[in-house]
Formats: sequence, C-alpha cells, structure tokens
Amino acid sequence: MESTLSSSAYLGAAIFFILSLGGLSHPETARRGNLYGVIGMTIAVVATLLGPMLTRAGMPWIIGAMLVGGSIGIYAARVIRMTQMPELVALMHSLVGLAAVLVGFANYLDPVIGARYTGAEHTLHGIETCLGVLIGAVTFSGSIMAFLKLSGRISGRPVILPARHALNLAALVAVIVLGIVFSGADSIGAGTLALLLITAIALAFGVHMVMAIGGADMPVVVSMLNSYSGWAAAATGFMLYNDLLIVTGALVGSSGAILSYIMCRAMNRRFLAVIAGGFGTDGGTPTAIEGERPSGEVVAVTAAETAELLRAAKSVIIVPGYGMAVAQAQHRVSEITDFLRKQGVQVRFAIHPVAGRMPGHMNVLLAEARVPYDIVFEMDEINDEFPDTDLAMVIGANDIVNPAAEEDPASPLAGMPVLQVWKARTSIVMKRSMASGYAGVDNPLLFRENNRMLFGDARKTLDEVYAALRA
Amino acid sequence: MSSMIGIPREIGADEKRVATVPEVVSRLVGLGFRVAVQSGAGENANFSDESYAAAGAELMPDAAALWGAADIVFKVRPPEATEVPLLREGATLVCFLWPAQNPELLRQLADRKATVLAMDCVPRISRAQKLDALSSMANIAGYRAVIEAAHRFGRFFTGQVTAAGKVPPAKVFVIGAGVAGLAAIGAAVGLGAVVRANDTRPEVADQVKSMGAEFVPVNLTEDGSGTGGYAREMSDAFLQAQRETFMRQAKEVDIIITTALIPGKTAPRLITEDMVKSMRAGSVIVDLAAEQGGNCELTVPGQAVTRHGVTIIGYRDLPSRLSRQSSSLYATNLFRLAEELCRAKDGVAVIDMDDEVIRATTVAKGGAITWPPPPRAQPAPVAAIARPAAHAMPAKPVPGAGSTSASMAAMFFLGALLFGLIGSYAPPVFLGHFTVFVLSCFVGYMVVWNVKPALHTPLMSVTNAISSIIAIGAMLQVAPPFAGTGGRPDGLILGLSIAAVSLASINMFGGYAVTQRMLDMFRK
Repeated sequence: MESTLSSSAYLGAAIFFILSLGGLSHPETARRGNLYGVIGMTIAVVATLLGPMLTRAGMPWIIGAMLVGGSIGIYAARVIRMTQMPELVALMHSLVGLAAVLVGFANYLDPVIGARYTGAEHTLHGIETCLGVLIGAVTFSGSIMAFLKLSGRISGRPVILPARHALNLAALVAVIVLGIVFSGADSIGAGTLALLLITAIALAFGVHMVMAIGGADMPVVVSMLNSYSGWAAAATGFMLYNDLLIVTGALVGSSGAILSYIMCRAMNRRFLAVIAGGFGTDGGTPTAIEGERPSGEVVAVTAAETAELLRAAKSVIIVPGYGMAVAQAQHRVSEITDFLRKQGVQVRFAIHPVAGRMPGHMNVLLAEARVPYDIVFEMDEINDEFPDTDLAMVIGANDIVNPAAEEDPASPLAGMPVLQVWKARTSIVMKRSMASGYAGVDNPLLFRENNRMLFGDARKTLDEVYAALRA
Repeated sequence: MSSMIGIPREIGADEKRVATVPEVVSRLVGLGFRVAVQSGAGENANFSDESYAAAGAELMPDAAALWGAADIVFKVRPPEATEVPLLREGATLVCFLWPAQNPELLRQLADRKATVLAMDCVPRISRAQKLDALSSMANIAGYRAVIEAAHRFGRFFTGQVTAAGKVPPAKVFVIGAGVAGLAAIGAAVGLGAVVRANDTRPEVADQVKSMGAEFVPVNLTEDGSGTGGYAREMSDAFLQAQRETFMRQAKEVDIIITTALIPGKTAPRLITEDMVKSMRAGSVIVDLAAEQGGNCELTVPGQAVTRHGVTIIGYRDLPSRLSRQSSSLYATNLFRLAEELCRAKDGVAVIDMDDEVIRATTVAKGGAITWPPPPRAQPAPVAAIARPAAHAMPAKPVPGAGSTSASMAAMFFLGALLFGLIGSYAPPVFLGHFTVFVLSCFVGYMVVWNVKPALHTPLMSVTNAISSIIAIGAMLQVAPPFAGTGGRPDGLILGLSIAAVSLASINMFGGYAVTQRMLDMFRK
C-alpha cells in the first residue's frame, strides 16, 4: 500500500472514532457507536499491516501478538462481572500506559530513526519521547494502584507520605533535569539511562499520586487515568509523527478530562484538590466536624417492617450506592422493583453522578439487572420529586445523601450537590453499620425523625425484604 | 438586564384570583427577576399590597403603568379586549388562554409581536406536573364542589347515631375520576359520606379505590382512555349502558358531582331530566362541566337552580371561590414555569423551543402563532418513557460553566501567546501535527458533552478500546523497511514492540467486547 493511501485510511479511521464517541450520546445509537469504533480500529490496523512501514517479515509476529492479546481481552470481557467494571477499566488503562512506555523505548533505541533529526528537531523529538514515556509510566503505575484499590487488594484509605508535596516537587525537578540531559545526550547509551531514570521516577509518582486519593474519589481517578492514557497515545503520536495516534489520543484525552470535570463538579471539589488527595483526613477539616457531631435516636427497623413500608407506599425512589455494588444486590433490587411495580407502586431510581467507583457505574449495574432505563433518573431530573415521594430507600450510599452538604457550611461536604432523600415522607437507609462514608463525615440523615435504619449486608437484607413482600 | 414580571389586577367578572402571591414573589426575585404588582391585585384573595411590597415587589398604581412596565405579564384569565392594547409590543404573556376557543384573541396578541405561554396547553407528562395549573385548579374545583353541595344539602354527610335518632350517611356519586373527581371523592370521604365513582377509563378504578370510594363500572367493556391521560368519546352501545348505570345511581344517591370533560368538545350530556326527576327531593347536583355546556341537561351555567326539587349547581368559578388557595397554587405553577424558563437564575427568560414542555405551552412566539404544536407520536404513558432521551443534560449548553468572562479572556490570551511561541520557534512539521492535535481536542470536547451520564461507563470502555491505537505505533517499529541497517538492535526493538502490540490488543479486543456486552444490557 502506498504511503498516501495509508494516510487516507488513517483519516477514515479517525472519522470513525469521532462517530463512535458521538454515537454514545443516546442508548439507542450507542451500539452503532461501538460498531463504528470497531470499524475504525480495523481500518487502522489493516492499513498499517499493508502500509509501507512494515515488511512481510513482521506480519506473523504482529498477527501472533494480536491473537494472544485479543484472546486474553475477549476472555476477560466475557467473564468480568459488572460490579468489577471499574477494576477492569483501570487495568486496561495500565496496559495502554505500559505499551506507550515500550513504544517510546523501542523508538529511542532505533538509531536509524534517531539519525533523522538534527538541531531543533532533535531536541523536540527528545522532548516528545520523554513526554510519551513519562505519561505512559504515570498511567501505568497509577492505574495499577487504582486497580489494586478498586479490587480491594489494598485498602481504599488514602495513604499520605510526610512532605509529599516536597517529594512531588523534587520528582518534577528531577524529571526536567533528566529530560534536558536526555535531549542533549550524544550516545544512545547515556540517553537510555536518563530515560530509564525518568521512567522510574514517573512510576513512583503514579503510585504516590493514586495512593493519596481516597475511595470516594475513585470516579475522578478512573476518569483521570482514562484521560492520561489518551494523552500518552497522543504524545507517542507526536514522537512517531503519526497523525492517527495524535487524533485518537486527543479524543480519548479530552473525553477523560471532561468526565473528570463532571465528577469533580458533582462533588463540588476542585480537580487539583482531588488530585492533592487525602479527602477527609487532610488538613483542618476533621477538627471542623469534631465540634458538633450529629446525635440523637436512630430508629432501626427489620426487613419485615421495611416490606410493610414498601407495601404501604405509593411512590418509592431508590438511591443505590457503592454498597449495592459490593453486595452484588442489584438483581435483588430489580426483583423487588418489579414486584412493587406490578402492585401499582411507582418505583424510580435516583443516580448521583459519583455513586459507585466510576462514572455511570450504577447505571450499568441496574441495566445488567434489567431495570428499565426509563425509570432510572439523574440527580437533576429527580431531586425535586422527593417531597412528593412516600419512601426513599438508600442502598449502601452515604455521602451522596448527606443533608450536611446543604445545611452545614462547616461540613467538608458543604456545597456538594446531594440527593435530598430526607425530604421524602420516610427514608430508609440500608447500611452495614453506623460508620461514616468514605469522606469520613457523619451523616445527620441517620438521626432524622423520618429516617429508618435497616442494618446488614444489602444482599442478605434485601433477600429478607423480598421474602416478606411476597409472603 | 433582568426582566420585569408584572402582575395586573384581574378584571374578569367574579374573578377573585391573582397570578402571584407574596411568598412566590420572593422566590421569583430569587431567580433574578424584578416583580411589579398592580395595587389591589391581591385584594380579593386576601393578599394586601403591603405584603407584596414586603416580599420585594414594586407596586404600580394602575393597570396602564403595570402593563407598560412589564416585560413578562403573569395573569390568570385570558386578557380582555381592553387589556390587549396595554401589552407592550414584544412582551411575554403567561395566562390561561384556551387558544382553540379564542383564535381571534391569539391573533391579536400575535399582532402585537407578543410571546404567549398558555397555561392550559402544558402537556400532561410527569416532568410537567409541577407546571400543570389545570390540575391545580381542578383539584380545588373538586374540593369546592363538595363544599357547595354540603352547603345546599340539608343533612349531615356522615352517618351518626344520636340521642335524637339515627342519621344515615349521605351517598355521593362522582362521575369522572380525573383530578377534580378524585379531589371531590377525597373531600366527600373526608366528610364521612359513602362515595361511589364512575369513569370511562378502567385504569382509574384503583385510584378511586385508593381514595376510599367504591368504583361503579358500566357493564359493557370499552376502554375510554384517550391521549394525554384524558378521556375520549364512546360508542352508542356504551352510552346506553352508561345511562342505565347512572339512572340506577340517581335513584339511590343524594349528591351527584359530574366532572366529565372531553378536550376540545362540549361536555357529554350524562344526567338527563328523567334522572333528575328520579332523585329524592333535597338532593344536589354539582356540575363541574358547566363551562363547557354541562353534564346535566338542566344545568344553567353560572347559577344554582332548583328543578324537580333538586338543586343543580352550575358555578363556573369554583376555583375562584377559594381564591386564596387557588392563587397560591397557581402562583407556584407559574413559578415552576419561570424556573424552567430561567435555568441560569439570571432573571432572563429563555423560550427553549426544543424543550417539549415549553414547546407545547408556547402558543405564540415573537408574533408568530406556534399553536397547535406539532403532534407527538405517542400518548402520555409512552411519552413519559421517551423522556430521558428528550431531556438534555443540563450541563450541555454551557461547556466550561462557571468560568467568568475575565478568566475566559485570560485563558484566550494565554492560549494565543502559547500558539504564538510555538508558531515562531517550532519546526514546521511539528506545527502541522500540533494543529491536528488541538483540533482533535476540540472535536472530542464537543462530542463528549453530548454523552448521557447513564452511558459514562460504556464511554470509558470505548475510549479505552480506542486508546489501544497505540498498537499502531508499536507495529510501525516491528519490521520497518530499514531494519538491519545502521547497527539497529532489531531483536530488542522487535521484542519491545511485539510486547506493546500484545498489551494493546488486550485493550483493543477486550474493550470493544465489554462495551458491547454493557450496551446490550441497555436494551429495553
């Protein structure tokens, strides 16, 4: 294939990628969007395989590698449970990061490519290589950390090293110095050493960054790493002078950036504050809440009483949170919803943007459990409906229904938009214990007069509720 | 510049309502509007000028001053002939208008370049419930109908056993279980009466029962549900069976409350003279359909008359007879509308013709008549399902919301500076790629804002799959044409790039497969 022909094939692929993202605007067109993505990728791969930059000798290698990688990927996609989606997505980000690092090294070690650039172009190419490797390495180690946190292999609590800001600053300075050394290196050997050091620092930085971020901020972290994986691809594109990589990387990068922004806004927090990490354990915030901890009677109810309340209600809004995902309770929730709807009860779902561990997590779980998507509403659509609702049922969520966010200006959550479940005639909060949420903030909702607590594992208690309903 | 909302005094005969109340004035001010109230506007609904002023309204001495100052006029009744010329050219009018009955009025308003929102045209879908002034008024009319009936009826509603003898409970029959009918049922049950109800739509039977009344079916099955949750006209056989049912009820009950209306048609004649004759003396009929000709043959619209010993009440102003209550509910409906029109809370009303609710309510815009709205394909229950799709994400219109214009300007300046620097120093090849990069960022930015929050997880997994494009970068290094020259460490590079291809392929295939799996679940 001629080089002009492969360039125009790349253009076609890029257009398909844009169509793919556009298709995701609505559930009806989303499947077509995914198909566009597949077509775009196929065009890109075939054009490269037949393109002028690849001799026949490389083909078997590539096809073999793609078969191996592809089988692993498809296997993982088949067996993954929907509750594990955040982990899978985080793990996949890490792969892109690692691939970017490997491509960066491979490119640098090639003396033929290196010999092409002189003067300003040589420096620029050096910077591009550095950036690609740097972002790739941060994405890799950060995503691995996020994966470990999300899968519960390590604690979700923020871990904060002393003098961490100084450490980060030192890392930044070291990377800049090494970058200058790398760009000016006259032998590949010296340059490789600098590049390896940069990689090591970037890996450490990625670990450090995600370690400091608490579990509740995970939606931001996951979308941020999504963004980084895009920027890594774009930087690699600059390094290889390949427009397709640049376009695609920029699309993915800006998509992830927008998601991060939406998540931050849903928590009323600044992006930098989230990245600086340590929510609920950082700085002066805890002292602010020491003063007036909410207190009072907590009214606990049994599963049978909950069933009674559900049966008596004409309208119910269910607010799912991470607790539902952890307990794998979405199918039971769906069965109860079905049962109540057949009895003529109006059941709706209210989804907070940061419920769960990644953007849209709850929607996917409810969709998996076959809850029709037309009764699942976003916060802005349904928040006004709570006053006219008989029963609001909170399943394993805490911070996103905390009235202190609206009522207590001293609360660390102050200003975060929350679902106003306390305005419903009665609310039931299902929780394992009285412990506070990830933000470490007490929830005055639990002490409200019209609130009931249903303690226990969400799956087990909902089993009992469902049994009592049908009895 | 924020808009001025004007509240004139209603001049229609017997109209005691007012379009806003002091409590709502302060909420309108909270949306950024200025509010002007004509002196004496709230007098008949027991709201004093002082209470309006205290809530933040400006008082206007007379109608001319008020209409002259208002950018937006909130009213209850359609404007009278004397009021139309007072409306400022290009101003906005919000009131009950009944465009089907008043085409001439609509034309006159359009001639004045007015934008008119008719509160009677609010679509009956769940998102618009808070704006539904017809329902608010129907609710009040239903309640007041029972009160009027109790006033004319010579007995207790509730059954009692007293020292002076046993009192049987009153029997009430409600025809039509819409909002007004259900409110009447609730009020009558609350007073202790035995209540029965009938409706041509079988699905309301449960609602009737839930209010504590007995549902009396017509013994001939025919579904009377029409579009928009209203009833439709029925066949002759059904009407015959219906008359027989009503005849039987008329002999048994003390009070009949009729609320049967079919949109855009005269009210069906359900209670014949014979039925009235068969009722006990002292019985009461309240005809809530009097405005549309009445459900009872003997109704005299606007009056209470006695025929064959039965009092037949045909008042057309039942909501106005509870003026304080109806004013405050209507005011809240209008406030909700103002909220919809002014999402930015900056006191400027924006008529978004892409919004289903606003589109249906707006009957004239800037002088062009926009009524009737283009038909929607489905009746209400299905329309409600289509709702999530029709409801655009609120964040969409304002990407980068929250940035003040100053910081925007600063960003543009910095951006221009950066581009200038790059343009002067970077090699031309780089500049080409850089252009592509920046443009792609913008394309991504524009496209991704349209993604619904429910699809954020699939979005992430698709972008994840797409980012496996990095594999292309690796492939280009596996075996380039110049391999084996210039001391190239072929083996090492091959190893690195093949590893990268395998890793990226996991993403490529896994990402698309898992997205497909998720999207398949989003099927209905």
